[in-house]
Amino acid sequence: MYGKGLRALSIATAVVLTGATALIFFYAPLEADQGIIQKIFYVHVPLAIVALFGFVGGGILAIKQLRTRSREWDMRSYVAIHLSLVFAVGALITGSIWAKASWGHWWVWDEPVLVSFLIVFLLYCCYQPLRFSIEDPEKQARYASVFAIAAGAFVPINFMAVRLATAHIHPRVLSKTGGSLPGEMRLTFLVSLLGVGLLFLTLWKVELTAKNASMKLKKLRQRLEAGEAPATPLPEPAPEPVGTP
Amino acid sequence: MTFAAARAILRKDLAIELRTRQSVPAMALFSVTVFVLFHFGLDRNEIDGSLASGVLWVTLLLATVLAVSRLFAAEREDGALDGVLLAPIDRTAVYLAKASALFLYLVLLELIALPAFAILLLGPDLTQALPELLAIVALADIGLAGVGALVAGLAAETRLREVLVPLLLLPLLVPVLIASAKATKPLLMLNPAATDLGKWLGFMALYDMVFVLLAVAVFDFLLED
Amino acid sequence: MTENAIELAGLERRYGERSALSGVTLNVPAGATLAVFGSNGAGKTTLLRVLAALLRPHAGTANVLGSALPDEAWKVRGRVGYLGHDSMLYRDLTVKQNLDFHARLHGVAPEKVEEAIAAVGLEHRAGDPIRELSRGMVQRAAVARATLHDPAILLLDEPRANLDPAAAEALEPLIGKPSGRTRVLASHDVEHALAEADLALGLKAGRQVFAGKADEKQVRGLYA
Repeated sequence: MYGKGLRALSIATAVVLTGATALIFFYAPLEADQGIIQKIFYVHVPLAIVALFGFVGGGILAIKQLRTRSREWDMRSYVAIHLSLVFAVGALITGSIWAKASWGHWWVWDEPVLVSFLIVFLLYCCYQPLRFSIEDPEKQARYASVFAIAAGAFVPINFMAVRLATAHIHPRVLSKTGGSLPGEMRLTFLVSLLGVGLLFLTLWKVELTAKNASMKLKKLRQRLEAGEAPATPLPEPAPEPVGTP
Repeated sequence: MTFAAARAILRKDLAIELRTRQSVPAMALFSVTVFVLFHFGLDRNEIDGSLASGVLWVTLLLATVLAVSRLFAAEREDGALDGVLLAPIDRTAVYLAKASALFLYLVLLELIALPAFAILLLGPDLTQALPELLAIVALADIGLAGVGALVAGLAAETRLREVLVPLLLLPLLVPVLIASAKATKPLLMLNPAATDLGKWLGFMALYDMVFVLLAVAVFDFLLED
Repeated sequence: MTENAIELAGLERRYGERSALSGVTLNVPAGATLAVFGSNGAGKTTLLRVLAALLRPHAGTANVLGSALPDEAWKVRGRVGYLGHDSMLYRDLTVKQNLDFHARLHGVAPEKVEEAIAAVGLEHRAGDPIRELSRGMVQRAAVARATLHDPAILLLDEPRANLDPAAAEALEPLIGKPSGRTRVLASHDVEHALAEADLALGLKAGRQVFAGKADEKQVRGLYA
């Protein structure tokens, strides 16, 4: 069921991403002060925005999980957070390259996006260890959901705190031309954002499809082991199901 | 009803703390030790301004970790938590009680740690800025207690408890640290400067509200099976 | 309304993909004693915890005192007493403090605490912390805890563990047949449990093997 629409989605993603790359290099004007390196902005900011929405989305999916108690929603939330973490690493690395090129430092503490992402990244790094230190799958899903909801709420609050604490002194592209991007930059940025967003969705679907398939396989195997009407006779006798620990 | 149960659990927690003295004395001792460490680590006899504010709040945050790790310790032994869950009470009472206990521990800690800090490390006189400082401490403590109790509940049943508590708690508390350190800094300067105290108190109030309400909403799910 | 204190039909509880309890179907009339048999890990404790509303059933129906689990769990809580493997008492608190705490949680009048302590014969140790008591005395305190709120149903997991015969005898009015409560008794002491039971339930790897009138041969077969 997850496979449905995946082909169309991946084609759309490929097309938009190719388009975005073309726009970045051949259409968007070269920024006067920063030169070619400014173009990393079209990767850094979309990655950051998509990861941010992915984290918050993971929290919203987790609310669904707690409401329905279904493993499906847990998987959706888990994959969203997991992918957002990867995108957040991308945002951190591209941001730090941009910082190095523009200001000569790998890290700048007065860039709120970068700083917020570091804190959020540190928090979400605990998501997997938390999950895997709980054995009972049902409990694991519930605890992971509680974490995802709290952390999802944390993302904007943290951003706000970092923003409040940072004097906006650094040359942001967005604020360079009186608060808004010039038309060509704006279009390029929006197409990049759409491309990265679509990439996120595609990867999310792909991973869910794979997870779903392996879960089905596991269930099927379990049923075979329990001796529930196998369609074809088993070559080996199935082992006895084990008792509660 | 919920509050009656919460009060019963809180009373029980305080009785245990009174008997075992496992949280507050450890937190206080830890804080004083960290102040000594900072004295040598920074090689300074007196500090002020942002350095003083940072040292104070980082120390208080780290001391919070100790209490959070022990918050459900009594419940983990001998199935005591089951005993509580068997009772016809609203499970939110458990969260409210634990957060209140943590809040009280923090207040007790600060009664010791703040004077110790003033004596051992702080350059400027603390007494003049006391009313402002109390407001900051109160709002920060609500945030620390609210989030701390939630993290304690999250980590209590996991195998990696000791590691997860600090790793989960400290990033979640970064906004509290930002706000309280920023708000405290002007109060601890040699020449007191203009403050934007209101902004930071407002932010902390927002943080406290969001996380306490959120924890009340989700904590039940940590207790059911 | 209902004659049955406990009604179970197709009760199932999973642990991950594996079932810890499945297909448990039986009724326990009010006032009767059900003995639950099975080797370690057969699902006895899981069943007791489901009945105590500590674990949610995953499938099937469980009706306890006319309330359906898990939706009406809050009605069931407080009418069930659970004496488990663990004492569920705080080691650092005294017997009196522990029972005072549980009295507050259950809305039981404070005077009842003294009575409960006397009923289990711990008057002289009421002021001592649990960690200083012998295992037998801890078990007696646990009995006081489990019966403090006068529950209609008692869930007993090896209730005689750590008790000498005299103590076991003394606690009969609280947790034995004379208490008049509906009892679910999980025990390895086949002879003793069968003598007390009106009904028996056999579990093997979470599955119900038999349910109904007690039959020693069937019970012995479980452990074979």
